[in-house]
Amino acid sequence: MIPELGYAATVVGFVLALYGAMAAVIGVRTGRADWLRTGERAAVGIWILITACIALMLYAFLTFDFSVRYVAMNTNRGTPFYYRITALWGALEGSIVLWAWMLSIYTLIVVVRYRRRQPELYPWVLSVMLGILAFFLLVMSVPAPPFERLSPIPPDGRGLNPLLEDSGMITHPVALYLGFTGFSVPFAFAMAALLVGRTGDEWITITRRWTIVAWYFLSLGLLIGGWWSYHVLGWGGYWAWDPVENAAFMPWLTGTAFLHSVMIQERRRMLKLWNLTLIILTFGLTLFGTFLTRSGIIGSVHSFTQGSIGVFFLAFLALILLGAFSLLAWRTDHLRAQGELDSAVSRESVFLLNNLFLIAATFTVFFGTVFPLLSEAARGVKVSVGAPFFNLVNIPIFLALLFLMGVGPLIAWRRASAENLKRNFLKPVLAGIVAAAVLRLFGVGNVLVLTAMALVVFVAGTITLDYGRAVRARRRSGDEWGAATWGLLLRQNRRYGGFVVHLGILVIALGVAGSQAWSLQTETTLEKGQSVELAGYRVRFDGLSASEESNHFKVTGAFTMTTGRSSFAELRPARKFYPQEQTPIAAVDYRLGWVEDVYLVLGDFARDGSRATVKLQVNRLVSWLWIGGLVLTLGAALAILPDHRKPA
Amino acid sequence: MRRRWQRWAIPAAVLPVLALLAYGFWTNPREIPSPLLGRAAAPFALTTFDRVPLTLEDLRGKIVLLNFWASWCIPACYDEAPALERTWQAYKDKGVMVVGVNVQDTEEPARTFLARFGHSFPNAPDPKGHIAVDYGVYGVPETFFIDRRGRVRFKHVGALTDEAARQRLDSLLEEPS
Repeated sequence: MIPELGYAATVVGFVLALYGAMAAVIGVRTGRADWLRTGERAAVGIWILITACIALMLYAFLTFDFSVRYVAMNTNRGTPFYYRITALWGALEGSIVLWAWMLSIYTLIVVVRYRRRQPELYPWVLSVMLGILAFFLLVMSVPAPPFERLSPIPPDGRGLNPLLEDSGMITHPVALYLGFTGFSVPFAFAMAALLVGRTGDEWITITRRWTIVAWYFLSLGLLIGGWWSYHVLGWGGYWAWDPVENAAFMPWLTGTAFLHSVMIQERRRMLKLWNLTLIILTFGLTLFGTFLTRSGIIGSVHSFTQGSIGVFFLAFLALILLGAFSLLAWRTDHLRAQGELDSAVSRESVFLLNNLFLIAATFTVFFGTVFPLLSEAARGVKVSVGAPFFNLVNIPIFLALLFLMGVGPLIAWRRASAENLKRNFLKPVLAGIVAAAVLRLFGVGNVLVLTAMALVVFVAGTITLDYGRAVRARRRSGDEWGAATWGLLLRQNRRYGGFVVHLGILVIALGVAGSQAWSLQTETTLEKGQSVELAGYRVRFDGLSASEESNHFKVTGAFTMTTGRSSFAELRPARKFYPQEQTPIAAVDYRLGWVEDVYLVLGDFARDGSRATVKLQVNRLVSWLWIGGLVLTLGAALAILPDHRKPA
Repeated sequence: MRRRWQRWAIPAAVLPVLALLAYGFWTNPREIPSPLLGRAAAPFALTTFDRVPLTLEDLRGKIVLLNFWASWCIPACYDEAPALERTWQAYKDKGVMVVGVNVQDTEEPARTFLARFGHSFPNAPDPKGHIAVDYGVYGVPETFFIDRRGRVRFKHVGALTDEAARQRLDSLLEEPS
């Protein structure tokens, strides 16, 4: 019963989306508001239908309805309760449902917020949003039906991918998809602006907060993904330049470029064409990510056949890119800049450089990701590029971006005077140099790390300097300390929200540089009672125990960790054997710390518990990645608050 | 003022990228040939679900279709199961042996699976997965075709079809024994 109901809801939703997209256009072309209203009702109907799909799916998961193929593929009777809920987005079909659902929510918010406020752009925005929804409902109907019936009904399901049985997997996809889908709103406004011919700053002003929301969720999704990778995958890292990661990183890079370049358009009426290009690229890359990871064109060890979904995504990607860029070409005459670049030493040019580097990073990531395809097309050989390529090319780019992050917010618009430069940058530059010199004295020899640390200190210096000045100015005009410091954050929330986000990025950069440069690891086989030592930690192997869990068999190692100061802790890394998996899954045990994490992975072991191979890592400064993520969250929240400078 | 045609350079620039991505559909990233092809098949000694011992050595001189499956492998193993039985019925008198190896599974659902499809060819569990490792099994189902001289000749990844089985078995049967 559930497959039929769900399938019916999907198909009706698809028809409604197509109808609504057309009705909105007819409404605006004929000037008949009733058409537009039916388009809005269609949007409401779609939301109800997709919500019903999700409810049906959840019901099927919770009742182990294995007549639904997707349920049988992603749960079995042993799957714990919470993961039966998150199994909903544990594989392709369900994640498309989640995506469509979020899109339908965003569409509803657009309807509620803008139907009266933006009578000119709104019908087109609605039409574009419903058009995108139609695509996702089409995917749910044909190439990736979540409600496909399974016959004969198996006695038990296959079970969720064990790697996804983790709390990170509850939030990671949700955040990531809120980010991906969030970019469809600025994209829809950009398209509406092009169609109507109002290519001024209007669409940018309207969508500023939308863009920050989308960017924020995408950042959060990437960070939680890194955290998941770090504490689940058991290789001690958080980023591997895997195609899946790259796919989510590319729209983040172009989205970041877009967030910055719109400021130039707002301020100087420049870069109209560029901003439109960036939002089209960003939205296109969110689709490309799904295409890349789900079409099977780039080798990924994760799943078997993917069916025809790749063809659908590529066709839609082609439609979006060709359609949007043709629209752009058609309107080129509207897009000439009204301002000009006055000087190479100005905020405009720093922002332009920032964009240039972000696009260069996007390009290298794109190039590296599709390289296996390129090399096969050109030379007939399958070759992949790995982390060394990405690091080699991207590290200098990111260092340059860090530098610009210090310069951009403080340098003057139009033309910076020598006085302006000296006033804002002399002290921070000195602080950076001193920091590098001190680190050098303490024996840090790696040039990249020294540069990164110097830049972090430099940028932190510029932020402190500027904020300190602003606080003192408020104090002089009579504010209390509290009002001066916190009030300033709220009063100029957009500027200082951005600063706080920058601080978060700095903290993340600190974590990345530190963990790359100073982490240690060792791998060894221990007899019972033997110890391994690394960086002052002594880890003793005390034995193994086995247990039968609801859906897997688990072998747990007992280890005692002592440090020089004789404090000790029990570490319990394990290996989990799932019947449906060929290789056991490692369960890492770790102790997080401000400066370093101790990270222990259980490898092979003797069945009688006398011997075990372990990998012990001391990972430095990794915690700062997650702390930086929290700081970034605060900054983004601040920036999303309504702009106090000019009432919206 | 930009010339008219120049502006269309932007959408046109998208085309080669789309073409490259479309090209990806004609390639298969998992098409990695098995290093075992042409080599002697790894020996195995199994005990079938009917408690009968079965070794590769016993089957020397016969063509062996060795199929790795699991009861949780939905839908591919369920899809190919009837085809396996049909192939067995069609070829059992021609010097072909079909052997099922049940991997990464538990006994009860495996027996349910066999009963559902009425498999009459020998099926045996590989409880420790040693045979699957010896044959480099990546996922289930995978099927290996072993010739009369005991060499692995073909590997089929994913659900086996009647057609695919017939093609390979016929070509091996044509070879002089």
